[in-house]
Amino acid sequence: MFDVKRLQQDFPILHQEVNGHRLVYLDNAATTQKPRQVIEKLVYYYEHDNANIHRGIHALAVRATDQYEAVRGKVANLIGASNPQDIVFTRNTTESINLIARTWGDANIGVGDEIVLTVMEHHSNIVPWQLLARRKGATLRYINTSDDGVLDIDELRRTVGPRTKLVSVTHVSNVIATINPIADIAAIAHAAGALLLVDGAQAAPHMPVDVSQLGCDLYAFSSHKMLGPTGVGVLWAKPGFLQETEPFLGGGEMISLVKPDSSTWADVPHKFEAGTPNIADVIAFGAAIDYLQDLTMAAVREHEMEITGLAMDRLRSIDGLVIHGPPRSEDRGGAVSFALEGIHPHDVSTIVDSYGVAIRAGHHCAQLLMRRLGVPATSRASFAIYNDSDDVDVLIEALHHAQRLFANDDVRTAV
Amino acid sequence: MTMSEPQFDDLYREIILDHFRRPRNRGALPSPTQHAEGMNPVCGDSIELDLLLHAGAIDAIAFDGQGCAISQSSASLLTERLKGRTIEEARRVLEMFRAMLIDGALPDRELGDLEAFEGVAKLPARVKCALLSWNVLQEGLDQAGASATPPATAATAAPGGKS
Repeated sequence: MFDVKRLQQDFPILHQEVNGHRLVYLDNAATTQKPRQVIEKLVYYYEHDNANIHRGIHALAVRATDQYEAVRGKVANLIGASNPQDIVFTRNTTESINLIARTWGDANIGVGDEIVLTVMEHHSNIVPWQLLARRKGATLRYINTSDDGVLDIDELRRTVGPRTKLVSVTHVSNVIATINPIADIAAIAHAAGALLLVDGAQAAPHMPVDVSQLGCDLYAFSSHKMLGPTGVGVLWAKPGFLQETEPFLGGGEMISLVKPDSSTWADVPHKFEAGTPNIADVIAFGAAIDYLQDLTMAAVREHEMEITGLAMDRLRSIDGLVIHGPPRSEDRGGAVSFALEGIHPHDVSTIVDSYGVAIRAGHHCAQLLMRRLGVPATSRASFAIYNDSDDVDVLIEALHHAQRLFANDDVRTAV
Repeated sequence: MTMSEPQFDDLYREIILDHFRRPRNRGALPSPTQHAEGMNPVCGDSIELDLLLHAGAIDAIAFDGQGCAISQSSASLLTERLKGRTIEEARRVLEMFRAMLIDGALPDRELGDLEAFEGVAKLPARVKCALLSWNVLQEGLDQAGASATPPATAATAAPGGKS
């Protein structure tokens, strides 16, 4: 494992005070902070190598193109993809999913077809399919969870059938952190001849991911949740898939030959990267992948599981606090959603913010899951590589303060 | 305490917490002349407001709802401040309350206990919580204005105390 205190030195943003206290950043499921290696890469690129890619002959264009394409290789290596050409850079996970809905979806989904989702999906893995279903007259089916937030695989098995064209599930829930059994889900989907898309936004940043082992057909995630810049998403497709799929956006970069009435497409993945892409951020994303792989994803997972387990134990010691989702840290990612009896999540979030602690409160873009949990909103602390037990201490202290504040006696005499 | 006292505890002033714990005028009116409701979809805060309007005054007012301390206590204090007052005064207080929260205006004396929400103006993410019941109030008053006022004069009547 790695030395967390030393690693914290790599993150300039962590060394500041918020509301008079050391910043304790526990909103990593929303976005992670960036190490100086990533920030410096971004600056270096703009100061030394900036040029448009894929069409220039000059030295800078070659340098920029080489670096951009090298990141495709790093991404492939990170997720066990056999071919970098199966990786498309998008703006974010949401765009990756929409790309599939608009291209493969429009070409393959028809009246009466079924798309199977789960109640724990982020809105980005619901709304694109609602739009597609409305365009095509298809039906959405939702798989429920147990009270512990575990996906009902038997229900999935009963629901997926001859009409199912697509199963689209999150790898790890962004709210309750459930890790879904993707390999099992892939077997069920494929037995019915359906495609499996996996939303990996909360998984790829935090654990070893190998798409060849998972058995899914499509995998999507975002740079900004894994130490990289905002504005870069990844779509991986199984070999051959992109070649058979029509383009998403049309424009420069994605064509081979343009005639007045028709064009031929560039080879994959460029067919799906119309216009000048987010070159600088993709290149800096490469530095984020290097950073994580230097630590190793196995060590990242080990550390985050340990700190999440510690946080859950400490949270459980607070009277009136209930943790949503799987009880064991081995079965979940690094997000911990909880309810504090008698205190609304927004009040919890405001009060802990006064201690310099950044957590998220709200529905986390997962209103179907909120309904399943029977709550309007939750408080969510989510952990990353730079969080340690000191951070957990401050969170717990701040939550105790919230309880004292909301207790019946005047807080100023009670504290 | 192992740490120094947080800075903006004065956000959750005792009067706000008191109204959250023991809301005033909570429930429904037996025969309201107006009913309005509103919701903040981001956090699920909801407020329903019953008004009994008579001769240009709020004879009775009650609220129901669920959500955070800021949204619920704001509704409770609203009912306490406006019960038995004229519609004109209600619209004036509404604009003052909005001015304090949105424009950061210093609280007018006429706001009374509502000045306790002054600290919320420093937290943009929470302003909508404090304003929820007031937006619902406006809807209730506008309903009344729309139904009581002939269409020809509705345009001049609608802005209320705004100008």
